[in-house]
Amino acid sequence: MSQPVLEIKNLCVDYGVGEDAVHAVRDVNLTLHRGEVLGLAGESGSGKSTLAYGVTRLLAPPGVISRGEVIYHGRDTEPIDVMQLSAVQLRAFRWAQTSIVFQGAMNSLNPVFRVSEQLLDAIEAHEPKLSKAARLARGRDLLQLVGIAADRMDSYPHQLSGGMRQRVMIAMALVLEPQIVIMDEPTTALDVVMQRQILGELIQLRERLGFSVLFITHDLSLLVEFSDRIAIMYGGRIVEEAPAATLYRDSLHPYSEGLLKSFPALRGPRRELTGIPGSPPDLRAMPTGCSFHPRCPRAIAPCSVDIPVLGTPAGTTADRAVACWLHPVEAPADALSAEPVG
Amino acid sequence: MKYLLQRVAFYIFTAWAAITINFFIPRMIPGDPVESLISRNKGQLSTKAIDSLYVLFGLNKHESLFHQYVHYWVQLFHGDLGVSFTFFPTSTAEVLKQALPWTLALVGITTLISFVVGTGLGVLAGWYRGSWIDGLLPVTTFLSSIPYFWLGLVAIALLTGVNSFFPASGGYDPGVVPSFTTGFIGSAIQHSLLPAATIFISSMSGWILGMRNMMVTVTSEDYITVAHAKGLSERRVMLGYAARNALLPNVSGFALSLGFIVSGTLLVEIVFSYPGIGYLLFQAVGSKDYPVLQGIFLIITMSVLAANFLADIAYLLLDPRTRREG
Amino acid sequence: MTIPTSDLTAVAPEGAVAGSSSGPKRRKFRFVANTKAIVGLVTIGFFIVIAIIGPWIAPYNPDARSNALVQGPSGAHWFGTTHLGQDILSQLLIGTRGVMFVGFLAGAVAMVLSILLGITAGYLGGVIDECLSALTNVFLVIPALPLIIIISATVKSAGDLTVALVIGCTSWAWGARILRAQTLSLRNRDYVQASRATGESTWRIIIFEIMPNLVAIIASSFVSTVIFAVMSEITLAFIGVSNVSTWNWGTILFWAQSEQALAQGAWWWFVPAGLAIAILGTALALLNFGIDEFVSPRLRSSGATKVRTADGAKVRMKVGFTPVLMSRHKPAEVAEFTPVVTVPAAPKGAGQ
Repeated sequence: MSQPVLEIKNLCVDYGVGEDAVHAVRDVNLTLHRGEVLGLAGESGSGKSTLAYGVTRLLAPPGVISRGEVIYHGRDTEPIDVMQLSAVQLRAFRWAQTSIVFQGAMNSLNPVFRVSEQLLDAIEAHEPKLSKAARLARGRDLLQLVGIAADRMDSYPHQLSGGMRQRVMIAMALVLEPQIVIMDEPTTALDVVMQRQILGELIQLRERLGFSVLFITHDLSLLVEFSDRIAIMYGGRIVEEAPAATLYRDSLHPYSEGLLKSFPALRGPRRELTGIPGSPPDLRAMPTGCSFHPRCPRAIAPCSVDIPVLGTPAGTTADRAVACWLHPVEAPADALSAEPVG
Repeated sequence: MKYLLQRVAFYIFTAWAAITINFFIPRMIPGDPVESLISRNKGQLSTKAIDSLYVLFGLNKHESLFHQYVHYWVQLFHGDLGVSFTFFPTSTAEVLKQALPWTLALVGITTLISFVVGTGLGVLAGWYRGSWIDGLLPVTTFLSSIPYFWLGLVAIALLTGVNSFFPASGGYDPGVVPSFTTGFIGSAIQHSLLPAATIFISSMSGWILGMRNMMVTVTSEDYITVAHAKGLSERRVMLGYAARNALLPNVSGFALSLGFIVSGTLLVEIVFSYPGIGYLLFQAVGSKDYPVLQGIFLIITMSVLAANFLADIAYLLLDPRTRREG
Repeated sequence: MTIPTSDLTAVAPEGAVAGSSSGPKRRKFRFVANTKAIVGLVTIGFFIVIAIIGPWIAPYNPDARSNALVQGPSGAHWFGTTHLGQDILSQLLIGTRGVMFVGFLAGAVAMVLSILLGITAGYLGGVIDECLSALTNVFLVIPALPLIIIISATVKSAGDLTVALVIGCTSWAWGARILRAQTLSLRNRDYVQASRATGESTWRIIIFEIMPNLVAIIASSFVSTVIFAVMSEITLAFIGVSNVSTWNWGTILFWAQSEQALAQGAWWWFVPAGLAIAILGTALALLNFGIDEFVSPRLRSSGATKVRTADGAKVRMKVGFTPVLMSRHKPAEVAEFTPVVTVPAAPKGAGQ
């Protein structure tokens, strides 16, 4: 396995402080390796977006990080803990090392700025010495890369279609050639045809520019096709993590199984679709033990008592982990992150 | 462009409505107000003047209402607003022409400055929410509830007097002749400081509050998060992303509140005996000088319409979404 | 002068829907718990009480003259006397009734008009909407005060009732416009569409489906109109347009102005009246803020905005920079911005 580029260790994100705090992300350990596409799936409220925004400390008040580290391994620099960065350092880190592709809904673009201005002001902020002409040239190149005519530089957001806005968001995320691109539901707001197109373009861009991707979505079917590894979140915790193909063929956690059974395969025999009964847990009143056990068809005695540990169960390959009492672990999840940091 | 044309059409329509209202109001006056004026000034009124007054007051009863209306419009286009009762025999138009520049200067300059400063402070108050600036809000609320003119009275009581720098009334020193000399202008400015300050303090609070609320609303929009994610400097996010967008409703709010501002300014003039339209209004009310009253109403309405139009143009320049093609 | 601050384009949030998940009791409690609203309500209540009992508790007849001409505050006359020896306190107390009467009546008239014209325009749409909107815009742009002054000046003997009606009939435009915008957006909500599909009659839909959601906005614009009406009425009295024999706070100021109170240094003549106006205006504005914050929770001062760091300093939570509360394990790295808290086993009392 290749070198890790982002290591999330024991991250806890809360909304609010004190007794009324809501624990949205609980003790998450996750590693993104260089050049890989890591998919993060889960229902609404599972904490996946909170995790993504927490990584760059972008949460709005009252979000706080209450525990954990996020170690970033740049190509030519010492590893840095994003949680310990000062405001100035954080601003320099953002977008240049890690960028985010937001949903290209109307609200993600500033309605009073032209596309060129929004695209290029990040360059200006991070590389002030670059000339205006150079900035414009880079902007035009990027738009071309995502398939938008260069004359759209002077348009305003309200003059673009939904698909075009999403492409602009992608171009914007790539403008400083970051190592990591976090994609937060980049295609959810689009129709299926456009979805396919944009995903295809994303794959090409990744191959060309070589960044690592953290792809967040509720649509597991997309991840199965598109990502190298998939992590599944439930109730603020990672419940399973495995290479995509492995997960698809042979998932271990009952929740993953439920998710996979919820969408039909385009090919293969027809089978009955089953959902997952019940609804996601209220983060303020979590069930005891494993947070999934009230909805789990295969819950056993320890499930309602103790929180299962995320780790590699006996008899499986070292590249996967699950947190389920049906598959008790031998080695905790820390061993899952690749070679020790140099 | 279409937007602008729509607005122009609207203003023309409103102007017509205002003039029509103006046409009907004097017909509510019981009796014949012109008669007493004529008898008092027998021989000094030309037939033409009497005629125009009759048209103004709808006393040419031998004509149909429609004809009266047409006559009224014709007269208006000739700039004839009748003769002032109090400043007889000066025409109303003349009287208004003398008073208008004072008001325009006072209102125009003060309102603009107050809007700019108030909006700026509002941006800061909205951006640095939860800081000590929030404590200022109740103060500004209180200040904006004080009637302009009362603040003026207080200012006069506290700041003027025999030896103070601020004059208590008037637009310029009584001994100075109005002309474009430095002496006159200096005196005029000195006399305008207190009235201007009164208007400034009272109206600024409204802008601060409005802008603050809009900033708070805008800050929760997605593009602000995106701006932060891009690692832009705080100043750029606050000004370029947040303030630029929060400004839009405020500009249209500004246009709409021009009516209020004008009203407040009138009162300040009265308190300071400042020789503008407001003071004229006060005198006209006191002496039941109907032609002047009507003239003032027209002038004020037209000015407000014009100012609204300017604000619309400003809005057009600021919000690209109004510039849709076709 | 207070300029209405309600956001014209804000859509009524779902939380304001009558009978939604948070029961009516909890909502009312939240509203009442808002300090601004309480202060405003109490103050207004105080003035209403004075308006009612004013004539009984006034020590003198406000018109009664005496020999104590232009006297400062004293034991006999708490707020001093006028140029005719009249007691200013009594004038103030009696005048409250006129002010409150005109203010609330004008507010009510304007409210009714704005509801009728605004909701109808928003709901029915089409040509009716165009006409009513044009009418609304005209009244919105034409400056109200000069219009009120002119009308009141020409109508003989402008008593309280006349003034109230004139103000009410000229200041409905603002509320109508807001209500129209809200009705337009509500009209397309699912439950309204459903009602229309099942054939419910138009007026039933308006009264039972749409209006309950507009209650907060109507209340807010009512309060704004009352503010405006009170100011206008006092202005009219101050200029001498309305009947100077009926007492209200503006009349007091009128006499103060015409008798050159300032020149005589008789500050007690105009200070109490002005303060009363300012206090009432502030109370109404506070009430309005309470309503505003209730309608759009974002405007509320959110509870704890500061987070305590290990060395006792507090850092404010801001958009864009999530604070980090965690134990340091790299002492060399000084987090000049990030708050760092040593976390005890059970985190308690971090922040407030």
